[in-house]
Amino acid sequence: MTDVPLLEVKDLSIGFRGSDGAREVVNKVSFTIAEGETLALVGESGSGKSITALSIMQLLQAPPAYYPSGSIRYAGREILGAPDAEMQKIRGGDIAMVFQEPMTSLNPLHTVERQISESLILHRGMSREAARARSLDLLEKVGLQNAESRLGAYPHQLSGGQRQRVIIAMALANEPTLLIADEPTTALDVTIQAQILALLKDLQAEMGMALMLITHDLGVVRKMSERLCVMKDGEIVEAGGTDAVFDAPAHPYTKMLIESEPKGTKDPIAMDRPTVLRADDLKVWFPIKAGVLRRTVGHIKAVDGISISVREGETLGIVGESGSGKTTLGMALLRLQSSEGAIAFRAQDISGLGRRAMRPLRREMQVVFQDPFSSLSPRMSVGQIVEEGLLIHGFGGGAADRAGLVEGVLQEVGLDPEARHRFPHEFSGGQRQRVSIARALVLKPSLVVLDEPTSALDMTVQAQIVDLLRALQTSHGLTYLFISHDLKVVRALADDILVMRDGRVMEYGPCDRIFERPETDYTRALMTAAFDLEVAAADVVNQ
Amino acid sequence: MAAPSSSRFVLSPITRRRLANFRANKRGYWSLWIFLALFVFSLFAEVIANDKPLIIRYRGETYFPILKTYPETTFGGALLTEADYSGPVIRGEIEANGWALYPLIPFGLRSVDFWSWEPLPSPPSARHWLGTDDQGRDVLARLIYGFRISVLFGLALTLVSSVIGIAAGALQGYFGGLFDLVFQRVIEVWQGIPRLYVLIIFASFVEPSFWWLLIILLFFHWMSLVSVVRAEFLRARNLDYARAALALGASDLTIMVRHLLPNAMVAALTFLPFVLNSSITALTSLDFLGFGLPPGSASLGEVLAQGKANLQAPWLGISGFVVLAAMLSLLIFIGEAVRDAFDPRKALA
Repeated sequence: MTDVPLLEVKDLSIGFRGSDGAREVVNKVSFTIAEGETLALVGESGSGKSITALSIMQLLQAPPAYYPSGSIRYAGREILGAPDAEMQKIRGGDIAMVFQEPMTSLNPLHTVERQISESLILHRGMSREAARARSLDLLEKVGLQNAESRLGAYPHQLSGGQRQRVIIAMALANEPTLLIADEPTTALDVTIQAQILALLKDLQAEMGMALMLITHDLGVVRKMSERLCVMKDGEIVEAGGTDAVFDAPAHPYTKMLIESEPKGTKDPIAMDRPTVLRADDLKVWFPIKAGVLRRTVGHIKAVDGISISVREGETLGIVGESGSGKTTLGMALLRLQSSEGAIAFRAQDISGLGRRAMRPLRREMQVVFQDPFSSLSPRMSVGQIVEEGLLIHGFGGGAADRAGLVEGVLQEVGLDPEARHRFPHEFSGGQRQRVSIARALVLKPSLVVLDEPTSALDMTVQAQIVDLLRALQTSHGLTYLFISHDLKVVRALADDILVMRDGRVMEYGPCDRIFERPETDYTRALMTAAFDLEVAAADVVNQ
Repeated sequence: MAAPSSSRFVLSPITRRRLANFRANKRGYWSLWIFLALFVFSLFAEVIANDKPLIIRYRGETYFPILKTYPETTFGGALLTEADYSGPVIRGEIEANGWALYPLIPFGLRSVDFWSWEPLPSPPSARHWLGTDDQGRDVLARLIYGFRISVLFGLALTLVSSVIGIAAGALQGYFGGLFDLVFQRVIEVWQGIPRLYVLIIFASFVEPSFWWLLIILLFFHWMSLVSVVRAEFLRARNLDYARAALALGASDLTIMVRHLLPNAMVAALTFLPFVLNSSITALTSLDFLGFGLPPGSASLGEVLAQGKANLQAPWLGISGFVVLAAMLSLLIFIGEAVRDAFDPRKALA
């Protein structure tokens, strides 16, 4: 190995020129990557980590982007401002990139074979047959099952994990010496994430390439990288060996990031508390219709015979991978999704109630949705959004009383009461989620269904929301139904846990028992994937 | 912005911001004022362009010919018919025994200038600022009346067709399913009907009047907003905020009106200036073809038709075109500013 590092970024600043003046988003960033090494770039959204990666590939459109200072050297050669023809050879040839979103990174109209062989034909001038053979080879290398039959498949016929494998195969097609992976597993389920991380590690060892990993997930960093750089507001605030930084973080921001991992467990509640919600053998089946007469030929069993019972002040964590039916279960319990089977709310059977009869009960059962961007009506002010429930239920007296309640609840969720005059788009994701919580809380409900309330948020914000939810539960004696795929958060909040897979219960029991002694292979696989980022030995999960 | 004095008229910050956004679009803001000025001006067309004097002082008495009809005998004439104030006999009589205040343009909507020596249509002159048409009527007077009727007709048609169209689109989008399917097919068939022929057939057996034309054009015009509003409702009804409202216990009507409609309104508002413009041009084109308002009414289409029939008199076609083009452009500019005002993502100054 020579003294020249594979990639050397020095004093790099990146700015954007807009109509309102120029703005620097990355400020004097320096780091190096040696051959075969893994460097992690860690930071929250908006910290400039993806922009840095894109500038290495020279993929930022300039203008509006410009570089006030710095240099990017690949194998000793300056590539910042290199001519396009030269960059095209480097891109996809020497440096390859894997993007976050497997849904949109593939051309939906091209087959898998065409997506991979395109760059082979372009960069290496291979014939179609040779490219096909090489594509097959690559797909086997990235561990895609039934690789040969998948060559003719279109992206929509593959699962998220399979798509990400195809994308990695594309990136590896020309044997790059540096692979930049921008949040490669963020959009994937935990078990799939473990598989993809293991795959990246194997491939790196096998091909001897360097890996630049961009992520917000500290677990991934710890697992994968030798060195890390922590980015905040466009600057690298701390850099060093991964273990050293984790053991003794020097910068307060790094400390905060590490501490924002959800911790603690919930205090158990008294056994004599009344049952708030109970469901017996709940089923949500969606009919599959076929033929001219639209006869029902089968059912998609989104929720298939689930029984639960939640006491007052208790939190039931519902966990499972995407498509396991956990959100459908939550909606069915709120009677927002038609279902079969008895549902009892405070000893009253609500499964047969119509919409009108349900309305008085709606005040007591509220919901907070996952996506804080779509769950707030964009054309209503925060005050109107929070007040709406009060108006519907004639709750809270006159206009002045209602305004007082709205202000009070906004304060309680940690927002400035003046926020009520502003619109949702003026708030960050975490603040919007607080508005959602305020909307549910203003009605003084007894049951709140939380549908992935923290998954769209940054780590530090997630920790704040978890703390808020905990405090609110204690002060109001709330009962939570906490739907999440994030086992760490669930562990910090739940009394009981229901593990779902394909609409069925895999395991249901007290939180600590399930985390310490999982009984089924699936739960065990889920645990190892979530906490150790390891692929389970037994072949219990899908690809 | 003036500070609101009474607490009843305090604008919410939202409304204030929308107003500020509207003002920020300078072109649209000025277009609104120009358009309003022109519209208000045209509402007083009878006072501005009329062949009757505003006030007459004759033999010690005061007359208001615009408000009241006086026979010729009042002013020393021989006939019991209404006095012809533009004729030299009455005019001379009044001037000899008092005075008269004439409007700015001393020609009305239908008044034919019998006392001009120019061949018809006559070119612009000090007497007729924009010339006359081939029946000797003052073009400027007819344009003022034509502008008024075009705008009023356009506004009425747009208002009624938007209310129907938005309601139909909202119901289809919200309830979806079979209702939507059937209704969409009905609209598609309806849209396939060649509207001009139907209008021509209609015009042949009803006496065309303002209200008849409004009803007939409404048959075809109400569909223009349906697809836009329907698409917005279809998309938004599955979003989390609609589900959140459902979880709050809101009724279908509340969700549609409070949550979905404001979001659909931006799309509808985007189209509204075009709907208004097409309403105006629909009337203009019917008038141009001669199937519109009853003969003799002032309308921009009729002026254009005259321009086509008298190519040797370019002032007819050019004046009609300029008025029509300016009106349509102003409306488009205003529409753009309205859209900016309702856009919550618009960068705020």
